[in-house]
Amino acid sequence: MLVDIENLRIAFESNGKRFEAVRGVSFKLEARQKLGIVGESGSGKSITARALMRLLPPQAQVTADRMRFDGIDIQSQSEREMRKLRGGRAGFILQDPKYSLNPVKTIGNQIAEAWRTHNKGGKKEAREAALDLLEQVMIRDPKRVLDAYPHEISGGMGQRAMIAMMLAPNPTLLIADEPTSALDASVEAEILRLIDELVDTRNMGLLLISHDLPLVSHFCDKVSVMYMGQVMEELAAGELAQAKHPYTQGLLNCLPSLDHPRTDLPVLTRDPSWLEEKAQ
Amino acid sequence: MLADFRAWALDDLATSRRQAAWGRRYRIWLALKANPLAMIGMIIIGLCVILALLAPLLAPHDPAIQDLENRLARPTAEHLLGTDELGRDILSRLLYGGRITLGIVVAVVIMVAPVGLAVGTIAGYFGGWVDKTLMRITDVFLAFPRLILALAFVAALSPGVESAILAIALTAWPPYARIARAETLTVRNSEFIEAVAMTGASSWRIILRHVAPLCVPSLVVRVTLDMASIIITAASLGFLGMGAQPPSPEWGAMIATAKRFILDQWWVALSPCMAILLVSLAFNFLGDGLRDVLDPKQD
Amino acid sequence: MSDKMIDVRDLRVSFGAKEVVKGVSLAVQRGESFGVVGESGSGKSTVLRALAGLNHHWSGEIDFDGVPVGAKRPRAFFRKVQMVFQDPFGSLHPRQTIDRILSEFLAVHGMDDMDGRLNRALEAVALPQSVRFRFPHQLSGGQRQRVAIARALIAEPKVLLLDEPTSALDVSVQAEVLNLLAHLRESRGLTYVMVSHNLSVVAHLCSRLGVMQHGELVEQLSVEDLRARRATHPHTRELVELSRSLETPV
Repeated sequence: MLVDIENLRIAFESNGKRFEAVRGVSFKLEARQKLGIVGESGSGKSITARALMRLLPPQAQVTADRMRFDGIDIQSQSEREMRKLRGGRAGFILQDPKYSLNPVKTIGNQIAEAWRTHNKGGKKEAREAALDLLEQVMIRDPKRVLDAYPHEISGGMGQRAMIAMMLAPNPTLLIADEPTSALDASVEAEILRLIDELVDTRNMGLLLISHDLPLVSHFCDKVSVMYMGQVMEELAAGELAQAKHPYTQGLLNCLPSLDHPRTDLPVLTRDPSWLEEKAQ
Repeated sequence: MLADFRAWALDDLATSRRQAAWGRRYRIWLALKANPLAMIGMIIIGLCVILALLAPLLAPHDPAIQDLENRLARPTAEHLLGTDELGRDILSRLLYGGRITLGIVVAVVIMVAPVGLAVGTIAGYFGGWVDKTLMRITDVFLAFPRLILALAFVAALSPGVESAILAIALTAWPPYARIARAETLTVRNSEFIEAVAMTGASSWRIILRHVAPLCVPSLVVRVTLDMASIIITAASLGFLGMGAQPPSPEWGAMIATAKRFILDQWWVALSPCMAILLVSLAFNFLGDGLRDVLDPKQD
Repeated sequence: MSDKMIDVRDLRVSFGAKEVVKGVSLAVQRGESFGVVGESGSGKSTVLRALAGLNHHWSGEIDFDGVPVGAKRPRAFFRKVQMVFQDPFGSLHPRQTIDRILSEFLAVHGMDDMDGRLNRALEAVALPQSVRFRFPHQLSGGQRQRVAIARALIAEPKVLLLDEPTSALDVSVQAEVLNLLAHLRESRGLTYVMVSHNLSVVAHLCSRLGVMQHGELVEQLSVEDLRARRATHPHTRELVELSRSLETPV
């Protein structure tokens, strides 16, 4: 079992008011499995992934009956061990490469640095490894990109470089938080296909966080649909059309479609009973 | 009554313009109240202002009356802070001096802040040659050390409080213009300003009613942090004989005359020194607190 | 009066030495809804901003309602043409109440019956009166975009320029806003020009669309033709294929 989370709860407190952003989320991810977590803004999908890497601000109150990654109990790890884990056995790809790449260092140096913190080797080996990684993420003209600064390359290339950096320590899990929402649709498809292939060839697990339900179903084995801090439904990606929960159905239904024109789009009516806490 | 106001102001469902505005103000006040240093600063400044305003009632003696028999006396029950070289009561002079020193500060700020705001927002909003011209002028004023420029101005005019105010104002506005310009540049291409442009509003209306209010918080912060240096510049001018003229009891001028016997009769210089230190510090505390409240970007 | 509400001929826009819109010509009929699709950097937003008068550095000819307009627009122009921006978080002044944001147009144009007009605008976008004295940060994304639409409607315009009006919203909110826009156009006889990267959103709201690539309008066609796979330009076909393959679940 790669990831095993049971009854995860995350709460924030501000001005004396307590707000539970995640209320009892559980999921399991086997090695080589791809799980999509889908939800609208405020559903708690991003902070769930961040909690797994312990990347939440200190004021977040995180509790869980069980939170394990690759056999390690996340809750009892020291901060130092967590640092080794992040960017080591677990890679984290964020939304916009513009903000996650260091603007004053070349792409090559950043990847080489990531490689050297987790592998033994000199500068030369690191540079060769960086070039190799850039080739693996299928960047055109990797030699040029190696010496380029982040602002000199496009958003799609930046995201590829980011992925290359995350692959450097040979992770067993890749967490991608809306990895393509800053990109064009054509680039989006390419990047997701690339992630898909890399996950397959390198035997990694994938946790893909997104707001786009149909999109996720193309690249995952199973999909977890979250709403207001709870999982409404978990189902195999292929069975999305047979979704049982009205929220999932509503999300799929309210999308405008190219092939099936409708005068009015069905509007999602939120049932207050969805907010009631489900029995564990 | 107070509880009523509190509930009314903090109501998320404001039903009138006035309620929404007070809600915002009250939230700022609550945030400021939670900052102990800012509150200390505010209380000290408030006390100083009250003491200065009530000087005629509070001062035990006339600040100008000399008593040559009793020069440079140590603090006694009669003269709580002692007397100066002409036998005048230092406490009374300190209280009256507060009126002059704080008056200079207020006058400078009233003149400087609007000028800096106008120059900065106009330069930032229009850009191009307007920006270049205004900013080069600003740079010229910034290039000189403040005190020396002020000294030159006062020397050219004639020594006195009014000249000191004018001189300090002339040298104090450039940083405000720079801040206002920087703030304007961050908002001028934002969608909400473009949306206002789509109403057909003139550039002047946009600057005055939509851009300038966004620059005010950082300007207020800068002004409070600058108060200390204005006080010190005013005191320095006084000290150099270019500010308030004797016998008016300006704090800087008081230190200047006391410097001759600072080793033997140190208490004469100590009181105005402490007054300047205290007020400057108080303004700094308040400025820091205001920055946290009004300018959350800096977190 | 001609039937053309908007007529653009050979529009060119340059940023420095770089030409980002290279001779775009298009015409939009009265009451029509025209979509512009393209990827980022295709110049689609630049075209819209030139139409709105927000970009002054363009050449070519733009007519609204048969009247040519220049770089700087007179105040009366904005009674005819209004715009809704992409980001409902960025297009509302952060320190002004909704009341103040909506009343700005009325104040600039010296219009009477402020309360009545304000309340009617809020009603038209189905917002409760209670939001009137709140600040933007107290509203949800969907509510903010409704405020932005209300602000445009308060001018009682004939043309609404829409710059990716739903791309920052959740899909369920997007459906509500798209329905609202469709109803408003019908009830008020508005002319729309909508820019979007999402082909299915454009196809839903518009009857005709243009496809932009590298600053050129490479194809104009009706949505029916698009649906019937009658697009001729390879870039249009590419976009259609992509949209089809990604929007339907497996």
